[in-house]
Amino acid sequence: MAKKVTVYSTPTCPFCIRAKQFLKESNIQFADIDVSEDQNKAQEMIERSGQMGVPVIDIEGEIIVGFDKEKLKEALGI
Amino acid sequence: MVYDLIIIGAGPAGITASVYAARNRLNFLVVTKDIGGQTAWSGDVENYTGYQFITGPDLAAKFEEHMRKYGIAVKENVEAVDIKKAGKTFLINTDKGEYEARAVIIASGKISKELGVPGEKEFKNRGLTYCATCDGPLFSGKDVAVVGGGNSALDAVLQLMKIARRVYVININPRLGGDAVMRDKIEAGSTVTVLNNSQVTSVIGDKMVTGIKIKRGDKEELLSVQGVFVEIGLVPNSGFAKKVDKNAYGEIKVNCKNETNVAGIFAAGDVTDVPEKQIVIAAGEGSKAALAAFRYINQNR
Repeated sequence: MAKKVTVYSTPTCPFCIRAKQFLKESNIQFADIDVSEDQNKAQEMIERSGQMGVPVIDIEGEIIVGFDKEKLKEALGI
Repeated sequence: MVYDLIIIGAGPAGITASVYAARNRLNFLVVTKDIGGQTAWSGDVENYTGYQFITGPDLAAKFEEHMRKYGIAVKENVEAVDIKKAGKTFLINTDKGEYEARAVIIASGKISKELGVPGEKEFKNRGLTYCATCDGPLFSGKDVAVVGGGNSALDAVLQLMKIARRVYVININPRLGGDAVMRDKIEAGSTVTVLNNSQVTSVIGDKMVTGIKIKRGDKEELLSVQGVFVEIGLVPNSGFAKKVDKNAYGEIKVNCKNETNVAGIFAAGDVTDVPEKQIVIAAGEGSKAALAAFRYINQNR
């Protein structure tokens, strides 16, 4: 079963772009949430990650802040 | 394994160096914090030859594509900590392990300058950020402070004016610097308060930032803000290169062949004392450094 992945990001942050690129290249499906467009989702991201930096990547409830390829691979089991 | 060459950094200088190193069939590795360096953070680029107009992230993606074409080995998210000479080779210590190489190119660029006040580290990403472009949208309807008075600070203010409820500008100088066009727009903005002759003394909060203490003249004031954007310029990312000569700004001194005072250590791009910090210059310097390193490696094999 594929894990449920959500990416909270803004369109202008380079690490967000790279994180999404990496997921696409790895054939991982994810929900792409633009927190600059959706204040409720922005608040949800802040509450769930306890911080205000983007990107925040939620992998089946495991929160990863920033773009860390190794951590992502581990959490995704790839 | 002993590499011929380790390149530290993957901005325009490091990536161009890697392309030249690959074409010269060196056995090498790139260790870097990120890909694209400052180019990835840049807005519109209109002076990189061959592109009349390209955005920073797009140009950074082109650089990366070029590097990937050669199948170059890159370790991302790695920060150099120290470089030590060990006989004829160098040991490059990083936060993710140690690497050994005959030669090194330092192309680690510049990083945001920190305020150096209490609360800064604690509240980083908890309301305090160094990237208005990235994190700005999270401060919609909030009160924020931009620290700085140069172009990068003004750029952040212009972005935040559209998002935040109120923007305070904490400027250490008697008046704002930067371009007149940007200054005019900011001074005309009804949601912006510019505080000149002001300095942040601490960042306070609980879970997240709730305010900053500032010194204006000899008065201390508390400003209630939920966001702090630090835009006080950049410093060379050269602290790990302890044995390498630097100038008063911390820039690594290089000669016209990109050699440092340590034989076998080369440097290129914004981390060096080469005048003018430009993408096209960093790229050119990167190629020079790779060719110089190639020669050095062959002569010392």
